[in-house]
Amino acid sequence: MRMTESRRAALEEALLPLAVALAVVLVVGDLLILAYGEAPGAVWRLLLDGTWGNAYGIGQVLYKATTLTCTGLAVALALRAGLFNIGAEGQLAAGGFGAAVMGLALPTGTPSLLAIGACVAAAALCGSAVGAVPGVLRARFGAHEVIVTIMMNFIVLALLNYVVAAKLHVPETLHTPALEAGTVGRVAATFPAFHGSALNWTIVLVAAAVVSVAWYLFRTRAGFELRAVGLQPDAAEYGGVSVSRTWIGAMALSGAIAGLGGVNFVLGYKGYYEDGFAGGAGFLGIVVALVGRNHPLGVVIAALFFATLSQGGLAINAMVPKQIVEVLQGIVILAIASSVPEVRRLVRKAAGARRADTGATS
Amino acid sequence: MTLLLFLAQTIRIAVPYLFAAAGGALAERAGIVSLSLEGFMLGGAFGAVIGAHYTDSAWIGVVSGVVAGLGLAGMHAVCTLRFKADQIVTGVAINLFAVGITRFLLQLAFDSSSNSPRVAGFGGENVGGALALASNPLVWLGVAVMPVLAFVVYRTTFGLRVRAVGEHPAAAASLGVPVNRVRYAAVLGSGALAALGGTYLALDQHQFTDSMTAGRGFIALAAVIFGRWDPMRAGVACLLFAAAETLQIRLQATQIIPSQFVAMIPYVLTIVAVAGVVGRSRSPAALGRTTE
Amino acid sequence: MTTPTAQIGPAPVVRMTGIQKHFGAVHANRSAEIEVAAGEIHALVGENGAGKSTLMKILSGMLPADGGRVEVGGRDVTGWSTTQAIVAGVGMVHQHFMLVPTLTVAENVVLGREPVNVGTFDRDRAIREVETLSKQSGLIVPAERLVADLSVGEAQRVEILKTLYRGARILLLDEPTAVLSPPEVTELWGVLRRVRDQGTTIILITHKLDEVMAVTERITVMRQGATVAQLATRETTPEGIARAMVGREVDLAIRDGQRVTREPGRTGTANGLIVSNLTVRGARVERAVNDVSFTVAPGEILGIAGVEGNGQTELLEAIAGLRRATSGRIQLGALDITAATVRERADAGLSHIPEDRHQRGLILDYSVADNLILGQQHRFTQRGVLDRHAIATNAAEQATRFDIRPANTTAKVRDLSGGNQQKVVIARELSRHFIVLLAAQPTRGVDVGAIEFIHDALRRARDAGKAILLVSAELREILTLSDRIAVMYGGRIVTVMPRSDASEAVLGPFMTGARKGSQADAA
Repeated sequence: MRMTESRRAALEEALLPLAVALAVVLVVGDLLILAYGEAPGAVWRLLLDGTWGNAYGIGQVLYKATTLTCTGLAVALALRAGLFNIGAEGQLAAGGFGAAVMGLALPTGTPSLLAIGACVAAAALCGSAVGAVPGVLRARFGAHEVIVTIMMNFIVLALLNYVVAAKLHVPETLHTPALEAGTVGRVAATFPAFHGSALNWTIVLVAAAVVSVAWYLFRTRAGFELRAVGLQPDAAEYGGVSVSRTWIGAMALSGAIAGLGGVNFVLGYKGYYEDGFAGGAGFLGIVVALVGRNHPLGVVIAALFFATLSQGGLAINAMVPKQIVEVLQGIVILAIASSVPEVRRLVRKAAGARRADTGATS
Repeated sequence: MTLLLFLAQTIRIAVPYLFAAAGGALAERAGIVSLSLEGFMLGGAFGAVIGAHYTDSAWIGVVSGVVAGLGLAGMHAVCTLRFKADQIVTGVAINLFAVGITRFLLQLAFDSSSNSPRVAGFGGENVGGALALASNPLVWLGVAVMPVLAFVVYRTTFGLRVRAVGEHPAAAASLGVPVNRVRYAAVLGSGALAALGGTYLALDQHQFTDSMTAGRGFIALAAVIFGRWDPMRAGVACLLFAAAETLQIRLQATQIIPSQFVAMIPYVLTIVAVAGVVGRSRSPAALGRTTE
Repeated sequence: MTTPTAQIGPAPVVRMTGIQKHFGAVHANRSAEIEVAAGEIHALVGENGAGKSTLMKILSGMLPADGGRVEVGGRDVTGWSTTQAIVAGVGMVHQHFMLVPTLTVAENVVLGREPVNVGTFDRDRAIREVETLSKQSGLIVPAERLVADLSVGEAQRVEILKTLYRGARILLLDEPTAVLSPPEVTELWGVLRRVRDQGTTIILITHKLDEVMAVTERITVMRQGATVAQLATRETTPEGIARAMVGREVDLAIRDGQRVTREPGRTGTANGLIVSNLTVRGARVERAVNDVSFTVAPGEILGIAGVEGNGQTELLEAIAGLRRATSGRIQLGALDITAATVRERADAGLSHIPEDRHQRGLILDYSVADNLILGQQHRFTQRGVLDRHAIATNAAEQATRFDIRPANTTAKVRDLSGGNQQKVVIARELSRHFIVLLAAQPTRGVDVGAIEFIHDALRRARDAGKAILLVSAELREILTLSDRIAVMYGGRIVTVMPRSDASEAVLGPFMTGARKGSQADAA
């Protein structure tokens, strides 16, 4: 009996943020659309048609969700260890850059699978390096990771901007030359219905990453220890876990996952590195983790939600400015962040009441 | 003369930092993380342009800029203080929201996705350099803001309470200090101050352009941290960062140091401050903790 | 009211009736009541977790009651705020200091009621007023120093000054002596009497009966959230109070240890704990543990008595590997573990019941089953993957053996009662292979039934040949369980004696630093 009740409470708690998000999008979205003098119904229909209404739309949503899943998963993993990784933006960029450099360095004609493997490894390694720095500084010097990751974003982006602009760019652009090796195929090449969409096979890699992270967190000893550190570092230390090593490891892993997101753009979409490609996906990862309640599966759902909004913004641009979507994103985050503590309190209270009712039997 | 020009340019660059850092120091001393300075600045810049555009008065622009900053800060305060939302997430959200809403309204009001029409500003059109600077009241206000804030924080009852709630809110509450009211005041004050920074930017350039604050809110935050949450030190940090930028602009022609490396200076220094010299670069103890 | 009620004058200055308070599943106050006469020092006693602090927090406006009525000075003030309570002259000194460390003493005292001069904070007047008040009350404090730099005793004086500055007529003190050294305690009683004579009513929360007898006039006894007796101090005895606190006849003679049950097992230290010349740095002091040496033999319990904050915490943390030793050596039998990690120590046979189960001993959001493997997770792992089946089996076994309730081991530990939470810790630490056990405050905050269960478990472990180092703030617990007793004072072990030589009267002077033995006794 109690099992199912606590499961139900957990489910309620997990689904509520999404419900809040939907409600807020509808209400605030209606107001904004009306302010612009359009009919909300028509705009929403257009948004749905342009996203989940056809294969191209679906492909675009999935493509965007792939990147967001990476950054969201990165933030969620670090949060499970008790660290707030605001640096996914820089780690994402670094990952993309690493993939590109590896792709440029490899000779033409390197076997595709080998090349992709090398590029993906380079992406993870670069992201990981960027992520590890705040981890080390936190573990060794007690420097707050929020501050360091924010600052790291600017440093990394400036550094990459310098390298690309000064050394690697194609004249008149801010991107590198096209990669010689390591590009990932488009899904459209196999399923022509997706024609024109950026969806590529990186999505499979990222899906595997999601499953792996879930398995790691909840089934392995390392995950057990990582979550313990996140919940109660003192108790974890008492339980024989090295808190500082866990922090460094979690940040490195978090950075690697964010870096993986760069593969989607660089190897899967453009075939080159372009300055500024991250475009806020790293920051949105914070939101994705929040809405997804730091659970890998929740992260995927949240990533799909925000990818739909983002792609939907383009679809409705003919009727209302696509910036509506950016406004909605901000509002949704505020609403969820504000309602989550309240919701948790209510769920706890309800669970407590149920327990009190059944107390005699336990 | 070059020295004077150098100083003038440093101050011109420093003014938005000074305003925003003052806002950041105020909120953080009260225990509220200031990730949203960037959003407050951007909102202030847009608000100022709207006010100045429709009234042709720079002063009305200042007022409307501050009102916009207060609006965003009010959202931040309600979410974090009333609803106990996570301060960092809220800060990120406010920044996203500020970018989105200013773009949306830019489209709505001026039918443009990039910039507003030219609006009124301070100072005559034809005076240049240091003179233009001196004729801008916001510059004087910006230079004075840190000393004034230091006085407020260390010498007034409000300041004492701000420091108390940022350090040990339970102790303050047990003495009947209205912790949340003090924090509301600090966040709203921070919104108004940061918005003044945005207002200065917009009026100085006589227009609003998309995302025109370009990370200045984060430089201001870096200055607060580098200045160990002390107004005067944060002010010095702002001037330091601005001087580095000025130097870079001056040296641009010579290409001695790539501009990107100069741009990194505030961030690198801040990391060094929290990691290396630390020990004493300690944040207010209750910073970020409004959630139970 | 089942027990005798002391007569009280016509108009009590505080009257609380039928107070109810829940924290989640915990029922902290159940129809609790208290009546306090003007100008008296009133004791509110009860065991840990009896609901004393909760009742006082309701009185001071920090917590709203779920039911009941609060009257102060004859006025119904139910549900008032801290501010209203302060204005009405109710001041509370908390067990954990409520001081802002980065502000000065004067700033802390006047906070919320600051003297103002032309709109600005009048710092000079604040300092003057604090100094005046300080002289009047005899609470001497350095007004301009930062609170972070104060000693514990000074910090407590600041706390009392804060309430006096606000014109407190009713002063609530929550376990004020827990952190004080004996001379400071004596001084505190002097101050309280003086303040009382100046017309202030004082309510003293405590569970130490000697304090009750020493300074109070009347007593309210609480047990499991309810008021069970109201007594006049002159008309009762420590036995009478203890009976009311525990709810049955208590043989204080046993607790005071007139009977000796057992002589220490002198079987050598081959599998015992050997600590030699250990020095450990504390958070504030350079030598929180200062050149300490002792041994614990297999089959004996060595109890460490002492006022809290004399280095016991640091000593245990150093032995457990949670704090680095500055110098000295720690051995499990012949094995030197001074530089070993926590896990290496555990594998070598060190078990540890930490003093703070909420902070250290448990992960509150983990299930009972997961908490039962904390520290041994590597033993429940196959090639890096948790063995869920083994974890569940282990949990079911321990829950039965140690009577952990509820029996559902997938429940979060957070949702268990304090006693059951502690049973999880005890079960985990006693059920695995170990030769030496560190037991810090093993019964803190647990109910009476669980206390006896835990004491029995420790005795059984001792009889099974384990070496046990017991640290407890409850002198009675030390006297009840130990075979030998050491006293820590100021980071040193000032004496070690067999249980048969020890009593509260003998140990007292050592705990206060009034007597010093020779450390040579320890070896």
